[in-house]
Amino acid sequence: MNGKKNIPAGKRLLELVRNNAVPIMFIIICAIFIPMAGFSPSYLLNEIVTRMGRNLFLVLCLLFPIMAGMGLNFAMTLGAMGAEIAVILVADWQIWGIPGVVLAMILSIPFSALLGFICGTLQNMAKGREMITSYIINFFINGWYQLIVLYVMGAVIPIIHASIMLPRGYGIRNTVSLLNMRQCLDDLLAIRVAGVKIPVFTFLLVGLLCLFIVWFRRTKLGQDMRAVGQDMEVAKAAGINVDRTRIISVVMSTVCAGFGMVIYLQNIGNLPTYTGHAQIGMFCIAALLVGGASVEKAGIGNAFLGVILFHMMFIVAPGAGAFITGDSMVGEYFRVFLSYGVITLALIMYEAKKRMAKSKAGQELAAAQVKKEDA
Amino acid sequence: MSEKKDYNYNSPSKFNDEMKTIPPARWPTDLEKAQMGTMTAMVSSFGLPRIIISGFLLVLFILTPFVGVDLPTQITNIINRFSWNAVLVLAMVPMIHAGCGLNFGLPLAIICGLLGGTLSIQLGFTGPMSFLMAVLIATPFAVILGGGYGLLLNRIKGGEMMIATYVGFSVMSFFCMMWLLLPYSSPTMVYGLSGNGLRPTISLDGFYNQVLAKILHIKIGNIEIPTGSLLVFALLAFLMWAFLHTKTGTAMTAVGSNPAFARAAGINVDRTRMLSVIMSTWLGAMGILMYQQGFGFIQLYNAPNNLTMPTVAAILIGGASVNKASIPNVIIGTILFQGIVTMTPTVMNSAIHMDMSEVIRIIVSQGMILYALTRKTEGVK
Repeated sequence: MNGKKNIPAGKRLLELVRNNAVPIMFIIICAIFIPMAGFSPSYLLNEIVTRMGRNLFLVLCLLFPIMAGMGLNFAMTLGAMGAEIAVILVADWQIWGIPGVVLAMILSIPFSALLGFICGTLQNMAKGREMITSYIINFFINGWYQLIVLYVMGAVIPIIHASIMLPRGYGIRNTVSLLNMRQCLDDLLAIRVAGVKIPVFTFLLVGLLCLFIVWFRRTKLGQDMRAVGQDMEVAKAAGINVDRTRIISVVMSTVCAGFGMVIYLQNIGNLPTYTGHAQIGMFCIAALLVGGASVEKAGIGNAFLGVILFHMMFIVAPGAGAFITGDSMVGEYFRVFLSYGVITLALIMYEAKKRMAKSKAGQELAAAQVKKEDA
Repeated sequence: MSEKKDYNYNSPSKFNDEMKTIPPARWPTDLEKAQMGTMTAMVSSFGLPRIIISGFLLVLFILTPFVGVDLPTQITNIINRFSWNAVLVLAMVPMIHAGCGLNFGLPLAIICGLLGGTLSIQLGFTGPMSFLMAVLIATPFAVILGGGYGLLLNRIKGGEMMIATYVGFSVMSFFCMMWLLLPYSSPTMVYGLSGNGLRPTISLDGFYNQVLAKILHIKIGNIEIPTGSLLVFALLAFLMWAFLHTKTGTAMTAVGSNPAFARAAGINVDRTRMLSVIMSTWLGAMGILMYQQGFGFIQLYNAPNNLTMPTVAAILIGGASVNKASIPNVIIGTILFQGIVTMTPTVMNSAIHMDMSEVIRIIVSQGMILYALTRKTEGVK
């Protein structure tokens, strides 16, 4: 890249646009939609800050598997499910406020770690198809989650309080109220700037995770992960235990997702037992990709930018849809379409690039062979 | 199972040490089966999950009389549901054969069928004619959208399944908007009050509800057989079987099992794959029309998504793998899967007064897909 300085400014700008096509597209969409939706700036800012506190932790946990070259971890939902089981138990024990949140986080670790381990092992059995496997694992474990929460809890696992149980005597209600836990992390050290509430403590936690990620990249394990992500064969030759490293990266991701889910739930203030985790994976992945990440490369900056842009679009799309077509449902479908679309686009770009690199390597190999034969 | 034994028979001895580090990457050959003993051979060729599922269904069947469930009604239900779903499952075959993997992009094909169905009603056709027109109208959509989809899948070989999933989602959510925005006006389909935007569920009474099922309809005691639907499936399945034995069909199988060999043999890999995707899309469109014809309703918006996983799971339960599928796989898989779907709620409800069918359905179908994905397969990469 030493020739970069000689490239004319126009070409460099074009390169910049091409490399950041998705974020730029979203900035344009937001710029068009915000005036149409007609929200006040302070409302928008408030919403964005709230949603950043709610989602950033979850989005950041996607970075570990990307580091290990396993692509987008659709199975981060597993961590969310582990956290939900922990939250249900904590809610049943009536431990509220900060202690409740901390206990839920601690309790979620064994669940998420176990699920993450299962997921990592299965992904190792399906090398080259990690993403679709993680996507299916997500549904598979969801079946088991429903089995446990709907039939085992209350029947086998003792649930003390009838308030969270279904009237039939076993199984958990569709919504578990977390009113006594609501926003207790967000309110800690919260400050108000011009009517915008900033949940300082939540941001501190997010900052802590960012620092951890930065530090982790420099450790031996982090380096191993990147090596595995670059080329599994080379890493194996270098004496790295590839399978183990990959499992660790997935477990880290799931455990972090568990913490993230607890933060998410204390912000929302209730637990939608059977639907809470369903869309989490999709929205977090879409947010990360909107921030300019790709399947093999993502950073902390992508997560921040992505959450801001994606949720901005999410807030304003229904209003803008109603403004254009007179039907707010169109806007709602439009935002879902954009989330799916951006993931599709990222996946296509990733696979096309991978294939191009492969054919290039093949050509180089052929050329080298021809050279050899000539000699 | 005797994994080590496999190698000693088949691989040249000098490669033995190397080979031992690689797990078996194929179904056992006939020779190996004979040497492994019939029992283990059956387990390995039929697959453990399949045996569990068949066993589970068998237990359900045995339980029926004891828990007071009417067996003929159950059998009628299974046959009916088979006739609704079989063509959708058949749609998986061409893409699996051409090495494009499991068609998680089924919503795309379903959308083509939905366009055919809704446009046929919009244009004022009724009765059996509306079904015929729905098929005719769906065909060009299937060819065009399927062609585009095939073009895309040719550019991302190796990552088909994940991208297919999201292409399906994207197209489906795009058409969620379109169902609201397209200028449909038939009063049977649009919202009553505002007069625009299609309803999520459209009744097919007076259109093509049961048109095929009623042809040659047989009733023996309490068992009813929708002969017409079964015949249409049989015809399509036969055509598919015949196609797979033509020159193009054989080429398709070659592309699926070994693309490098196929290219060396002078087969146009991209064109063959494209053809398979178009066939799959058209069969999917046919499949959803058959489904609606039996079910009696058109379901729009997010409904296409609900059919993808059951369909993929069905063909895998029938014995297909990520790159191998046959017509018997389709038939066995659909019967087994639909058997579980229909039998579990009634039998379990009567037996233990607890409806766990939904959970069991999720675990069985997703577990089956997961099993297929984590198996090592030859060729596909």
